[in-house]
Amino acid sequence: MKFLVCISNVPDTTTKISFTPDNKEFNKAGVQFVINPWDEYALTRAIELKEAAGAGTVTVLNVGQADTEPNIRKALAIGADDAIRVDAAPADAYFVAEQIAAVAKEGAYDVILMGKESIDYNGFQVHGMVGEMLGIPTIAPAQKLDMAGNTATLEREIEGGKEIVQVNTPFVASCQQPMCEPRIPNMRGIMTARTKPLKVVPAVGEPARTTVAEFALPPKKQGVKLIDAENAGELIQLLRSEAKVI
Amino acid sequence: MSVLVVVECADGEVKKSSLEVATYGAKVAAMLGTTATAVAVGEANPENLAKLGEQGITKVLHDAEPRLKDFVNNAYTKLIATAAGQEGAKVIILANSNIGAAVGSRLSVRLKASLATNVVELPKIDGGAFTVKRGAFSGKAFADVSMSGDCKIIAVKKNSAEAQHEAGKTAEVLAFAAQLTDADFADAPQQVVMQDQAGGILLPEADRVVSGGRGMKGPENWGLIEDLANALHAATACSKPVSDVDWRPHHEHVGQTGITVSPNLYIACGISGAIQHLAGVNSSKVIVVINKDPEAPFFKAADYGIVGDVFDVLPKLTAAVKALG
Ligand SMILES: Cc1cc2nc3c(=O)[nH]c(=O)nc-3n(C[C@H](O)[C@H](O)[C@H](O)COP(=O)(O)OP(=O)(O)OC[C@H]3O[C@@H](n4cnc5c(N)ncnc54)[C@H](O)[C@@H]3O)c2cc1C
Ligand SMILES: Cc1cc2nc3c(=O)[nH]c(=O)nc-3n(C[C@H](O)[C@H](O)[C@H](O)COP(=O)(O)OP(=O)(O)OC[C@H]3O[C@@H](n4cnc5c(N)ncnc54)[C@H](O)[C@@H]3O)c2cc1C
Repeated sequence: MKFLVCISNVPDTTTKISFTPDNKEFNKAGVQFVINPWDEYALTRAIELKEAAGAGTVTVLNVGQADTEPNIRKALAIGADDAIRVDAAPADAYFVAEQIAAVAKEGAYDVILMGKESIDYNGFQVHGMVGEMLGIPTIAPAQKLDMAGNTATLEREIEGGKEIVQVNTPFVASCQQPMCEPRIPNMRGIMTARTKPLKVVPAVGEPARTTVAEFALPPKKQGVKLIDAENAGELIQLLRSEAKVI
Repeated sequence: MSVLVVVECADGEVKKSSLEVATYGAKVAAMLGTTATAVAVGEANPENLAKLGEQGITKVLHDAEPRLKDFVNNAYTKLIATAAGQEGAKVIILANSNIGAAVGSRLSVRLKASLATNVVELPKIDGGAFTVKRGAFSGKAFADVSMSGDCKIIAVKKNSAEAQHEAGKTAEVLAFAAQLTDADFADAPQQVVMQDQAGGILLPEADRVVSGGRGMKGPENWGLIEDLANALHAATACSKPVSDVDWRPHHEHVGQTGITVSPNLYIACGISGAIQHLAGVNSSKVIVVINKDPEAPFFKAADYGIVGDVFDVLPKLTAAVKALG
């Protein structure tokens, strides 16, 4: 079984978001970048399934410029066998999907795993686009993934419940908790990661279809109005008469 | 060249988020000088579909194929693509739900359309330029995105467009056959399992949410959260550590790595207000924080606050809501 795990390079979850003075770009100064938290589920589950089968390979793929390589190495340290970086800024979801689809086709991967969504752009769309480009099913978001031979059984989260879905390879799935307990690299992993292959390939396909004209921060809150715990019921009056939400 | 609106139905009813989407679509149609047509997915009932007139929809396409009851990505995508072709639609509006975004992304490739998900406002249309505002950085920011090309697909975030109700207006419901075949249903789910929702209210769509954190001390105390939620007709939610230790089910976990909610009222009980939690709730209209620590960071993001013990405050709030009658 050949697994392709797509990882995106995103600001750490504790990042205070700010933009360049013209509000056109995210201000990267001082920001720590990490593997997108949801992609860690995809990576760990691929490694677990490979280990359980006793055969197979796990390739990680990132569409990004050279500054993403520390996180690609981290994925190799966690247990991926090799890596591919498509050398281009991830201009938009469509552009990223084209790159992933091209790599997936070229390498004839059986299982393409992604995260539920990127925490920077929150598209929740790359997996669907890749599935359509390759003409294969996409299961998103999946909270459980088991494999028996070429057949996968997944649990897909829907609003208010879940679906049990069975598909044959090849397929795309986007992963989220509680699929597995994401692994962290150990010392041996970090050592071996240095020598694992990381191939850099050029971008293909058509340009992006969307561009960010401007970023903005949410409006600031006015400040909190405190109500004495002794008269907690007063809060309910205020929610009705002042805030008008009940 | 109408605007096509995808409405999700369950148990015969149009989902609340789809009423919002219908209103949004009708407004976009008005901006473009055309009308809005809806296409129904899920278990739809023609009588309820006709009521989409109240949201400004003129016409509803209804394919009575029973297998459309459950979400099947290929079948839904083909249905909507066929409807878009028939209507000559160049703008397609869906809910930013697990269904809407999944179908929208496949459709965007099939129809060579540009796609924006997580959209929070009506588009700005200026000559050929088409710009939408969408949430980014997991609720920490917004991005104005220009969409290129002839065809556009917009997935509207829940609770960001208010559903309008013009009583008495009805839409024409037309039978529609997308000629779906067995192959289109090949990836149909084997089984669909619905959870028990507190009071039957789905968290992602809820107008009001009562949420508990580690300050609630243990799952045995959730009755206090549920009592207030029931009194307010609210959904229940929790912080990540609470679902990590299985005090509450995972689907209640809100935040940067859980779900993002934007209700009118979010009441946080015994939650400290970590940046990852705030990211999931800070587009709520009114935030109430109950915490015994006056220094808890959540107070900075709150509109109303009570510095106090949840075990003392929550029963008082529930009693006060019941007293409103
Ligand atoms: C400087 C800069 C500017 C940008 N400007 C724009 C812009 O103007 N418009 C725009 O749409 N996007 C822009 N982005 C791209 C954005 O950050 C995303 O990488 C891209 O749009 C896909 O994100 P998404 O949220 O749509 O992905 P989702 O659909 O939410 O991601 C789902 C999954 O797809 C996989 N995936 C996503 N991105 C990658 C990747 N790069 N490599 C490998 N796998 C990936 C991951 O497994 C992820 O969990 C910009 C990025 C940078 C760095
Ligand atoms: C990668 C990453 C992603 C994350 N994603 C999320 C996410 O999506 N969502 C999320 O919620 N967290 C997330 N977190 C975790 C986050 O950092 C916090 O640890 C978490 O939100 C804290 O949960 P809490 O507020 O319930 O608990 P605590 O931080 O322990 O806070 C408990 C609060 O209860 C108060 N309290 C205690 N007893 C009482 C009482 N009797 N009455 C009133 N108040 C009381 C305390 O004063 C305290 O403020 C993430 C962390 C990481 C590293």
